[in-house]
Amino acid sequence: MTIDAAIPRAPAPAILPGSGGMRGALSDLFWRRPKFLLALMLLPPVLWLGIVYIGSLFALLAQSFFSIDEFSGLINREFTLKTYGDLFQAANLDIILRTVTMAALVTLASAIIAFPIAYYAARYARGRWKALFYLGVMLPLWSSYLVKIYAWKLILAKEGILTWLLANLNLLWLLDGWLSLPIVGGNSLSVSFTGTFIVFVYVWLPFMILPVQAALERVPGNLVEASSDLGASPGQTFRNVLFPLALPGIVAGSIFTFSLTLGDYIIPQIIGTSRLFIGQAVYSQQGTAGNIPLAAAFTVVPIVIMGFYLWGAKRMGAFDAL
Amino acid sequence: MTSAVSFKKVSRHFGSVRAVDAVDLDIAPGEFFAMLGPSGSGKTTCLRLIAGFEQPTAGSISIFGERAEGVPPYRRNVNTVFQDYALFPHLNVLDNVAYGLMVKGVGKTERLKAAEEALSLVRLPGYGTRRPGQLSGGQRQRVALARALVNQPKVLLLDEPLGALDLKLRENMQEELKSLQKVLGITFVFVTHDQGEALSMADRVAVFNDGKIMQVGTPEDIYQRPNTRFVADFVGSSNVLPPDFVQRYSGQHRWGSLRPESIRVSGATSGDGVAARLVGTNYLGATTRLALDADGLRLHAVVPAGTALPAEGEAVMLTFNRDSLHLMDEPA
Repeated sequence: MTIDAAIPRAPAPAILPGSGGMRGALSDLFWRRPKFLLALMLLPPVLWLGIVYIGSLFALLAQSFFSIDEFSGLINREFTLKTYGDLFQAANLDIILRTVTMAALVTLASAIIAFPIAYYAARYARGRWKALFYLGVMLPLWSSYLVKIYAWKLILAKEGILTWLLANLNLLWLLDGWLSLPIVGGNSLSVSFTGTFIVFVYVWLPFMILPVQAALERVPGNLVEASSDLGASPGQTFRNVLFPLALPGIVAGSIFTFSLTLGDYIIPQIIGTSRLFIGQAVYSQQGTAGNIPLAAAFTVVPIVIMGFYLWGAKRMGAFDAL
Repeated sequence: MTSAVSFKKVSRHFGSVRAVDAVDLDIAPGEFFAMLGPSGSGKTTCLRLIAGFEQPTAGSISIFGERAEGVPPYRRNVNTVFQDYALFPHLNVLDNVAYGLMVKGVGKTERLKAAEEALSLVRLPGYGTRRPGQLSGGQRQRVALARALVNQPKVLLLDEPLGALDLKLRENMQEELKSLQKVLGITFVFVTHDQGEALSMADRVAVFNDGKIMQVGTPEDIYQRPNTRFVADFVGSSNVLPPDFVQRYSGQHRWGSLRPESIRVSGATSGDGVAARLVGTNYLGATTRLALDADGLRLHAVVPAGTALPAEGEAVMLTFNRDSLHLMDEPA
């Protein structure tokens, strides 16, 4: 009786009439056929992915089975594996090996640097500090990639701030010692593989931190407590609980860092030696050299490597905790 | 005799919140000890202090005579069954159970054998290859129990272990836990907010409120002779009687407690007793719970099912034995 007093009730039918019009009819239709709505929403992205993205990828792959006529420079559109054979020439194999090694090292370093940051953010940061974490990780992504790379060129240059800092700390011998090493060394950091490595790690680090943080966020805190309760030291808890449960995140992050490094052609061109990476090889083969088949064959390399990488990660159980 | 767990003036403050405040407590070896209290009363913090997840801000804790402050959880021979079980999702059941032995360096065949035995102890033999995600709540609970017991802890801590189970399963598990404790002889410390569970399972019960222990005693002590209004009300929803009312029947000006089942209700309108009006009846199956209004004092009575009852709103007469009126220590 009190409710009736509060909400005066007019006699109402048990079934309300439709709201009428196009919108009403559409609402009813979508409710009756939820899959129709789903299909309608998925159609544009599926078209985009299917035709524009996958389609052009296959067009590219198809080109890798063509070859180039060395005299005329014209493309011979007959199926051949000759272009893939060219990949195994010493010079090209060198490029592939160099790029894969760099990508692996960048991924490893990113994972090692990202884990403590992600762990802090997932476990301890709350409220304002969490916001600051996201801002700190994302902020570098808001500025232009090229600007950041050129900034690093200045930082790493012989006359740059890093050399100045080390000189003032009387640590220049350390830098000189490192630069005198074969392969990783050079005239200055900005023209060495070490420089390329540093900038790669800097640029791709957010792509590692975020998925690792998301994975750690999903690990209930009481699993760490349970492990410790059962007698595991902090190191054992890390190896047996935290790391396996963070692994899907690390793998997700490493897909970014690894594949982005495999394909990048700007960083090694601005910072590093004159020796090529896969991205640069693709860029010069399809541009100046006009050898589209070889460029296409080169692009297949990262795809195949990533395929093997994911297959290996799956076999290692990286996705078991998903 | 050394206590299994001994608290001396133990406090755990979180800023201005006194989660545990100057608690003294002694748990005997081999005892089934329950910590009972509403949420936020400090019982779980006490458990975490024993496990080592929390460190006391003041006071000292010893486990079997050994000082435990500053000792990390992984160096305490104490294991916990967590409220939501905390099973490792990436390991199968057998590896979950064998985890404690694995980190202690026990060889693979030996630890898997021990884990299999622990699983049969909790009546889950052959479930080793499943993932925790494929088990029901009750089964997970048993796995968590096996995972703790396989380490043969000096003290087993159980944090509301039956909270997530449905009634039937909970009753089964209560019996099983109790018989398991008898067989193993391990000290069990059990945290619960369910007074029925505490009374039915424990050898002794500590009732917590606001970070303090209100009363420690056998279930019968706690139930029949509560020392404060809080305990009387929290354990078994006793009728708490104000000092003026109590004085009329006992001659003493003190707070009293009267169990609902000690009140007899009759339809008589004259004679000895407390005149009251029946306000409501709740049918509970084996018993019926009556809400009564005795001149502004709200009382509850529990009568066996099948008792002839006056209709709601009618005047009734309440009687009880003088000895069932318990006088509490709490000052009036």
